[in-house]
Amino acid sequence: MLELAIGIILCGCAIGAGLALIAGIGPGIGEGNAVAKACEAIGRQPESRGSVMSTLFIGCALAETTGVYGFVTGLLLMFVVPRMLVNILITALTTNGIL
Amino acid sequence: MVGSRRFRVIDAFLIIMMILPMVFAVVLKILTNPESEGIAISGALVYFTIPMPKWDLPITESQVNSWLVMISVLGLCLYLTHGLSPKADTKRQHLAEFIVNKTESLVHENMGEFFGGFAPFIGAILALSAFSSLSSLLGIFPPTSDLNVIAGWAVLVFLLITYYKLKCGFVYYVKSFTEPIAILTPFNIIGEIATPVSMTFRHYGNIVSGSVISALIAAGLRILSSWIFGWLPGKIGEFPFLRIGLPAVFSVYFDIFSGCLQAFIFSILTMINISGAFDFNIYTARKNKKLSKKQKAN
Repeated sequence: MLELAIGIILCGCAIGAGLALIAGIGPGIGEGNAVAKACEAIGRQPESRGSVMSTLFIGCALAETTGVYGFVTGLLLMFVVPRMLVNILITALTTNGIL
Repeated sequence: MVGSRRFRVIDAFLIIMMILPMVFAVVLKILTNPESEGIAISGALVYFTIPMPKWDLPITESQVNSWLVMISVLGLCLYLTHGLSPKADTKRQHLAEFIVNKTESLVHENMGEFFGGFAPFIGAILALSAFSSLSSLLGIFPPTSDLNVIAGWAVLVFLLITYYKLKCGFVYYVKSFTEPIAILTPFNIIGEIATPVSMTFRHYGNIVSGSVISALIAAGLRILSSWIFGWLPGKIGEFPFLRIGLPAVFSVYFDIFSGCLQAFIFSILTMINISGAFDFNIYTARKNKKLSKKQKAN
């Protein structure tokens, strides 16, 4: 029974981590838009290339934030949460006298 | 004086001060790191814990490495500023002046005249963050891939933001939470707390995603080379040929470019947040009011 419970916890954490990484779609679209506009701007005014590029890098790094949130959530679900949940389960079972 | 024996001895000492901490970190990594096969994605190693009344204080790899990086950066700064002269005739003085000028112009551009004194702070954050991320090139655990290290910096920035908001008066600080209408107060409080959290996660996530992808690439190349060269006899067949040099191509982006960019972003956000928290007009009005009150009392 305990194996089944731990298996459900691990399965849920893995599915959750996979779902969390869907957050990568948003920054992908956003950064693509930003780069497209930057290319247009450089094509129109090639002499402003330097300032456009530096603004683009900062903007891209800022736009990445939501994707990074998803990534950090995924990491937590992969490496931190399973152990924590299993510990909670085992302590709950032992205090109730089932184990 | 430049060129004298004493000068050269101090120079050599400073260069040793720059290099020795990094060598020490690499040796420590080799001695303490447990050997692992395949993909190894792990947090910082806990060397030992100091017993404290309430919680034990763990001394981790990231703390030790960040102190070593600090000593190294201090050595670099002392080396660059050693033997300054009004004539500016040495290469290192030109480099030091270039760095100081760039940092000061950056701070003046982003924060305005009032915050001109922030240049050393911003420069320190920039150098510490960039060198911490670059230390992963030596194979040691980069302190910036530990959430706690960056959370510490972000808490420092949060305290500065709150300090400069309080400088405009306590009433103004409390009132700023009820803008534009009073119903939005909980959201404003959440937004206030979200600033350091988002700064932390942005820096940490970018660095860690780079190291995770690097580990995956290294593991994948090992399997790929065992597929391609597996038919070779004996030890030659087991040797991962594709792991020579190829991961370095990805490391240029994930370690060098991403690390430096995130250091820059972190300092830019620090500057924008601190200068955005401070309203110069209200501050001067309040100061003038206080001054006139004092004069009346006298």
